[in-house]
Amino acid sequence: MYRYDQYDQAMVDARVAEFRDQTRRRIEGKLSEDQFKPLRLQNGLYLQLHAYMLRVAVPYGTLNSAQMHVLADIADKYDRGYGHFTTRQNIQYNWIKLEDAPDILADLAKVEMHAIQTSGNCIRNISSDQFAGATADEIIDPRPYAELLRQWSSFHPEFLALPRKFKIAVIASDTDRAAMKLHDIGIRLVKNDAGELGAAFYVGGGMGRTPMVAPLIRDFVPLDQLITYSEACLRVYNRYGRRDNKYKARIKILVHELGKDEYARQVEEEFAHLLTQNIEPPLAELERIAAHFTDPAFETGLSDDLDLSDPDFALWVERNCAAHKQPGYIIANISLKPVGGIPGDASAAQIHLMADLAKAYSFDELRVTHAQNIVLPHVKKADLYTLWQKLEAADLGTANIDTIEDIIACPGLDYCSLANARSIPVAQKISKRFAETGKSDTLGELKLKISGCINACGHHHAGHIGILGVDRKGVENYQLLLGGCEGDDTSLGTITGPGFDENGIVGAVEKATDVYLANRQDGERFLDTYRRIGMAPFKEALYG
Amino acid sequence: MVDVLRFRDDEPVGDPAVTVDAFSEQTNASAVRVEPGDDARDLIPFLEQLRLIEVDFPSFMDGRGYSAARILREAGYKGELRAVGDVLIDQLSHLRRCGFDAFAPEKGLDPADVEAAFNRWPEVYQAAADDRQPIWAKRHGITNG
Repeated sequence: MYRYDQYDQAMVDARVAEFRDQTRRRIEGKLSEDQFKPLRLQNGLYLQLHAYMLRVAVPYGTLNSAQMHVLADIADKYDRGYGHFTTRQNIQYNWIKLEDAPDILADLAKVEMHAIQTSGNCIRNISSDQFAGATADEIIDPRPYAELLRQWSSFHPEFLALPRKFKIAVIASDTDRAAMKLHDIGIRLVKNDAGELGAAFYVGGGMGRTPMVAPLIRDFVPLDQLITYSEACLRVYNRYGRRDNKYKARIKILVHELGKDEYARQVEEEFAHLLTQNIEPPLAELERIAAHFTDPAFETGLSDDLDLSDPDFALWVERNCAAHKQPGYIIANISLKPVGGIPGDASAAQIHLMADLAKAYSFDELRVTHAQNIVLPHVKKADLYTLWQKLEAADLGTANIDTIEDIIACPGLDYCSLANARSIPVAQKISKRFAETGKSDTLGELKLKISGCINACGHHHAGHIGILGVDRKGVENYQLLLGGCEGDDTSLGTITGPGFDENGIVGAVEKATDVYLANRQDGERFLDTYRRIGMAPFKEALYG
Repeated sequence: MVDVLRFRDDEPVGDPAVTVDAFSEQTNASAVRVEPGDDARDLIPFLEQLRLIEVDFPSFMDGRGYSAARILREAGYKGELRAVGDVLIDQLSHLRRCGFDAFAPEKGLDPADVEAAFNRWPEVYQAAADDRQPIWAKRHGITNG
């Protein structure tokens, strides 16, 4: 994985010093809260309902064990012993004191980590495929391109006061595991007819109160123009994105209002101009970065056999593991969705353990997934049973990846100052209900996502089943959506009808799954059945 | 307190800056003020005669002026480019990178904080409108020009 050189380290160290100075000026009263707020946000520090929340960047979701240990230490030293992994492959701490924040950033900088631009109206952490470098279905490892973009977007002087936040995802396989088309810019690395590598740009996707699937703006940007084209996309947005209404300020609204062709035309014009400005790093820089992402020293000639005689282990392998490109290896997902738990939460002890296991069994590498789980990307199959036993012993062996228990949920009204309703208790009730009835297994792949307000941090639009918490005359109310999907065939969910109370929504989800079970044909997932039979039978069951 | 910062050796322009709209009717002016909604590219035919372009930041949160500045520098503008309005300490170094060489903040700034702000970044990751060599250029021995 990528390691800092003296330049990267100098930039992160300068940032720590800058934030320490900003915090001092805030405390001395030289900065008003209004002036300080965007500065602290661009260092990942939010003021939530009960305390400050610090969001630490995990660039393209990749971590080594030393970094993971420091994340655990921070949870212990500065928080209440927990970290919360997020849908953008980051980690958040919910109980931070403002005066500790500069010290935490300094601790992070020692292991080449930071919280730079994890919030605020700027280019956020670049996300990517959690199986990058491990899966057989990618044309190339997308992370070097994400790292190139990370450096370009860090402290970019022109784009630190954008109309609104800006999220970029980079993938390089046909299977989209990063919800690429639901980002402000989704980049898919592709090969053209001549076999050359380049990037397809999808611009203007997003969730929030106006969800949109990003249209393709350009099907091929040559690799030696990647930064220049990105800069053109951002400049058009910075100049013309709406600033009159914060809810219409994301680039999706600009692309929608201009039309994708007109937006693309303006970008082309700016691109042609910027190509004359020599702002593109040389390909040698991309090669330098890519050299950090070469394969680990895989053993060759290993067997692909697995002893599946332990049925619990067999189930975990089936649910939580994915094919690796290297014979004898496997990708292992660690579910952070224990039945009745808080989705994405891990204790400091669990974080330490995952770090140790990565060191012992996965070439010192971990990934954070957008579904709020952890991946050990390079596990030798011969080690898998031992690994699983150690996970089991630490309550990290839950076999439920991509099932209805593998819920994405935002922090909701338990923590978030924007939320209208609680998300976590609903997630807990649903996962308990389906685990107790044993239905999770029967249902197979079913992605359920819960947001506690229309900002959609819990991705409810993209859930096969989505739940949106709203405030109805002072009472929490939950709307049900069906048919969303974040993957290759990206679609947005449709609201079934009137909402439900907290217990009612659990029953409603169950009814929706019953309709699926009664109607599914061979091999159909919930989403497939929904797409085939439409909303009517579900409405009938829910409200009839 | 610092009221005006200038990184130029020439004499400051005394003429009042006219709006971009007024300038389009009176194109002999030597000083113009660009507001966030103006298109800086409208000024490109006149850059030779302009000696001062002020870019207004009614709020430091509105970043359109950063793009306006770079566009003007990229088009070859050599005159004074002055950031005016809600110009704060923590924006100074970024504004400078976008091509501003003068600052007239609405509220005076602490000189020690100003100095620290301009010395904040030992390196830069991007090519912009200043002459700083990006990190990628240093890594690969590429010099400016």
